[in-house]
Amino acid sequence: MSMDLIINILSATLVAGTPLLLVALGELICERSGVLNLGQEGMMLVGAMAGFIGALTTGSLMWGVVAGVAAGVAMSLLFALMAVTLAANQYAAGLALTIFGTGLSAFVGSDYVGHTVDGFTRIAIPLLSDIPVLGPILFNQDLLVYASLVMFVVVYVFLRYSRGGLLLRAVGESPEAANANGMPVLLIRYLAVGFGGAMTGLAGAYLSLAYTPMWSEGMSAGRGWIALALVVFATWRPGRVLFGAYLFGVASILHLVLQGFGWDISPELLAMLPYLVTIIVLVLLSSNPTRTRLNTPLSIGQPYRPSR
Amino acid sequence: MRLFKKLALVAALVLPMQAFAEDPMKVGFVYVGPVGDHGWSYQHDQGRLALEEHFGDKVQTTYVENVSEGADAERTIRKLAQAGNDIIFTTSFGFMNPTARVAKEYPDKTFLHATGYKRSENMGTYLSTTYEGRYVSGTAAGMVTKTNKLGFIASFPIPEVIRDINATFLAARKINPDVELKVVWVSTWFDPAKEADAANTLMDQGVDVIIQHTDSPAAMLAAEKRGIWAVGQASDMSRFGPEAHLLSVVDDWAPYYIQTVQQVMDGTWKSEDYWGGIHEGDIKIASISDRLTDEQRKKIDDTIEAIGNGSLHPFTGPLKDQSGKLRVPEGKDMTKEELAGMNWYVEGMTSTLPK
Repeated sequence: MSMDLIINILSATLVAGTPLLLVALGELICERSGVLNLGQEGMMLVGAMAGFIGALTTGSLMWGVVAGVAAGVAMSLLFALMAVTLAANQYAAGLALTIFGTGLSAFVGSDYVGHTVDGFTRIAIPLLSDIPVLGPILFNQDLLVYASLVMFVVVYVFLRYSRGGLLLRAVGESPEAANANGMPVLLIRYLAVGFGGAMTGLAGAYLSLAYTPMWSEGMSAGRGWIALALVVFATWRPGRVLFGAYLFGVASILHLVLQGFGWDISPELLAMLPYLVTIIVLVLLSSNPTRTRLNTPLSIGQPYRPSR
Repeated sequence: MRLFKKLALVAALVLPMQAFAEDPMKVGFVYVGPVGDHGWSYQHDQGRLALEEHFGDKVQTTYVENVSEGADAERTIRKLAQAGNDIIFTTSFGFMNPTARVAKEYPDKTFLHATGYKRSENMGTYLSTTYEGRYVSGTAAGMVTKTNKLGFIASFPIPEVIRDINATFLAARKINPDVELKVVWVSTWFDPAKEADAANTLMDQGVDVIIQHTDSPAAMLAAEKRGIWAVGQASDMSRFGPEAHLLSVVDDWAPYYIQTVQQVMDGTWKSEDYWGGIHEGDIKIASISDRLTDEQRKKIDDTIEAIGNGSLHPFTGPLKDQSGKLRVPEGKDMTKEELAGMNWYVEGMTSTLPK
C-alpha cells in the first residue's frame, strides 16, 4: 500500500465515522442522564431532511445546518415530553419516535427528492494541513468534521471536569438521590435529551449536506441504530465512542478498498467486518466489570416521577 | 339447517365473484426501497402511476415501500392478498420465496415477481433485460475512459448483477481492448453514504468511469465532485451530475404493467417468464452526454439500434469464462435459461467472483 492510499483510507474513515460519532456523543449525554432514546434513526432522518430543505430554500449551508439541528431538538423534545414529563416507557417512546421520524421525513421531504445542493467542501487548515500524513487526514476535512471533533472535546471536558457533568451523572445514577439534594432532575433530563437531539440533527444534516449532498428517504440506512449500539459497547465513555466510531469507519472503508485490490475474500464476510471488529474490540476493552459499572448510568431506562 | 348451510356456501362462492366484476381491480406493489430512492423502486412506482393513469378508476393500486427481503416480506405480501388485491407485483429478487409461499395460499390471485425464477400456475416472473442497457453503457464507458479503468459498484452476486457486469465488460473491451473493470460489492441495494464511499474508493484506485448497480444517486454525486464520468442506473440521474453524467439506463415498467393488468382483466393472463428490453421499450437510454464527440455519439446510437432490432445480442459466442473454458460456442446466443442462471465472469475479468 502506498502512502497516498493510506491517507485516502484514513481520510475517508473520518468522514464515515463522523455521523456515528455525532449521534453517539449526543446519545451518550442523554443516556448519562438516565434516559435511553431509541429514536436516533428517526431523528437523524428528520435532521437530514430539514437540513437539506433548509439549505436548498435559503441557499446557505449554514442555515441548513441550523434547520437540521433545530429539527433534531424539536423531535427530541417531543420524546422528552412523553418519556420525561409523562414518564412513559422510554423504549416504547423511542421506537415510536423512530417510526414517526422515518414517516415524517419521507412525507415532508418527498417534494425535495431529486434536488441537489453544493455540499460542504473540504477546507485545508493552513500550516496544519502541511504536516506529513496527519495533515491531510485530520486537517483537510469539511467544516462539520471539525465541528464533530470540537464537540468531542466539549463532551469529554464537560463530563469529566465540569460541575454540570457531575450533576448529569448524579441524575443518571439515582434521580431520587439527586432530587433529594435539590437538583432539578426533570430539567437536567430535558437538557440532556435536547442536546442528544441537536447532535443527531447535526449528524443528519451532515449526511444530506456533506456526505452525500442530496435528500432521499431512509438515507441514514441504519446509522442511528449503529450509534446506539456504539454507546453501550463503549461503556458510556466519550473516548471509546470516538475510537469505536472511527474503528467502524475504517473497517467499512477497508471492506471496499480490499475488494478493489482483488482480495479473494467473500464480500459478505467483509461487509460483516465493521460490526464484528467494533463489537469485539470494544467488548475486550470493557472486560473490567468494576470500571464498566462505574460508567454505567444505573437509572437508565427508568422513568422518574418526582415524589412530593 | 342443512339447506341453510348449502345456501351460505353458494352465497360465499358467488357473491365475491359478483363483487369482483363490479369493483375496480386491486393491484398491490411491494418495493424493497423507498419510493423516493430515485432509482429502482422509484421507477416501479412510476409504472404503478402509469397504470392508474391508463385504467382510471378501473384499477385501485396500493404499494408498500421499504420492505426488507426476509420474514417481513412474506407478512407484507400476505397482508396485501388478504386486503383483496387481485394482482400483486413484488419487485426485488429477495421477495422470490415469500411470494411463492403466499401465491400457494391464494391460488385465485395473480402474483408477479421481478427478477426471479420461481413460477407456478398463478405466479409469473418478469425482468427488464438491463444487460442490454449495460452493453450500451459499457460501450460508452470504454470509449471515454482515459485510465482504462472502469469501476462497478455492485450489490449482491446474483445472476442479474453478474450478467450486467459481464455485459458492461464485454462491451467495453470490444471497443477498447485495454480496459479493466474493477468491481466493489457493497452488500446493500440502498445506502447512499456507502455507495459514495465505494465510488470514492474506486476513484482513488484510478477508475475514471463509475457504473453502479445500486439504487441511490450518491455515486453520481461523488463522480461529479471529482470530475469523472458516471453512468446512471434505473432512472435518469443526469440532474445529479450535469458534467459527470454519461448516460442513464432507465427501466420503464409502464408498458409491462399495463399489458399484464389488461391480460388479467381479460382472463388471458398465463404464468410466464417475461423479458423486456430495448426492443419492447422497457429499457431506455436517457440523457446521453453532449460532451461526447459525434463519432462517440454515433457509436452509442448504433449500438442501441443494433440491440433494438436484434442484430446484436450482448452475449453471443464464443464466450469463455475466467478459467478459459468455452461456455457459449461460436455463433450461438446465450439462452434465457443460461442467462437467468449466469454465475460466472467472462474471460478477461481480473477480479474473482464471490462464491
